[in-house]
Amino acid sequence: MGFEVLLKGNNMIRLLGGLCTALRISLISAVVSIFLGTVLGILLTTQKRVFNICFRIYLETIRILPQMVLLFIAYFGVTKVFRVNLSAEASSYIVFSLWGTAEMSDLVRASLKGIPVIQYESSYALGFTQTQTYIYVVIPQIVRRMIPLSINLITRMIKTTSLIMMIGIVEVLKVGQQIIEANRKNSPNAAFGVFFTIFVMYFAACWPISRLSKHLEKKWVN
Amino acid sequence: MSIEVMKSYFPRFTEAFFLTIRIGWMGVILAFVIGLITAFTVQWKIPLFAKLAGVYIEIFRNTPLLVQLFFIYFGLPKIGIRIPAQIVGAVGIGLLGGSYMAEGFRSGLESVSKAQTESAIALGMTRFQVFQYVVLPEAFALSVPAILANVIFLLKETSVFSAISLMDLMFTAKDLIGLYYNTAESLFLLVLFYLVMLLPVSLLGGVVEQKVRVRMLGD
Repeated sequence: MGFEVLLKGNNMIRLLGGLCTALRISLISAVVSIFLGTVLGILLTTQKRVFNICFRIYLETIRILPQMVLLFIAYFGVTKVFRVNLSAEASSYIVFSLWGTAEMSDLVRASLKGIPVIQYESSYALGFTQTQTYIYVVIPQIVRRMIPLSINLITRMIKTTSLIMMIGIVEVLKVGQQIIEANRKNSPNAAFGVFFTIFVMYFAACWPISRLSKHLEKKWVN
Repeated sequence: MSIEVMKSYFPRFTEAFFLTIRIGWMGVILAFVIGLITAFTVQWKIPLFAKLAGVYIEIFRNTPLLVQLFFIYFGLPKIGIRIPAQIVGAVGIGLLGGSYMAEGFRSGLESVSKAQTESAIALGMTRFQVFQYVVLPEAFALSVPAILANVIFLLKETSVFSAISLMDLMFTAKDLIGLYYNTAESLFLLVLFYLVMLLPVSLLGGVVEQKVRVRMLGD
């Protein structure tokens, strides 16, 4: 079945190393996105028309195009048009952070909008200042809504970053291909074992995180 | 950017566009069917099958399409299951989308309030009638936004087809860049064709969502 290839030499360790590359890129991009997205999302609720329109354009452009196309534009297009030499890894950080920030800020905006006006009014009526209203009423609710969604964004990021092999970053799929090619003579069935293992690895990376997100969502639903 | 170059690339992109659309929509339809079946299996708690459906949803929601395609296209032939690339593409989108659609339908089914079914039963409807005239229409209306979001997501996911050597838009762009080095023109056409493919669905999504929302307010 081709699983024996993984036990040869340090193949399994190489595969795990590849997974680490993919996870590193996705985690860093996710952290950047969550941070920038939160700031941008809060800025969006302050009704500034020009800013809102600019943002909508940014959001819709990023959202409508496949992440693959964005990667190609950043990696091949920017290099050619602006004469800037971006490495594959740098362009993937940029693309995934831009994408994640767009997604995250929309989530933050939606959940801020989701707090009914009556809550603000009631707190003012109770004599809270604006800062106090935010600290004691709004932010605790937002945090409870945002944490599951942010965690969910991390799994989405991990799934999306599997695309980086297409611009030549040596991550887990690429390492898998190398292992298969190197052992083509001795174990011709390696493709099954290797790709199955990668499948399981991705599942093992994403499943616990999405379970946690679901669990928190249920727990904090009220 | 030169118009001449773009003109000469146009036929190849058009061909790739129709291939992408064909396989993409085949996958979306398949996803719809798989999603419906899975959602009802889980909702009605059909013994054993409900468990399997749950496992299926978790597996396909937590792995990237690229990895799924590699496994189906390169892995499975080694144990004797050989499937042509175009079918792998459609089946891949179908299986991935099925798991997302199932969640969409299920949340729709769950949000139909209990009062609705109980009132329908009180009016003397049979269980099947309740389902046909009350639950299904409402659940469908409730899950329309999720379904359309999933359709856009799935059509975007078609961009990984080039990994299993399907000559889709991505493949064509990469190929032309490699051959003639007219990067800007190729990328421009790539974006243009994806917009032609995705914008109508996205605009439709906005309109339908508005309609559904109005209907909700009316009841």
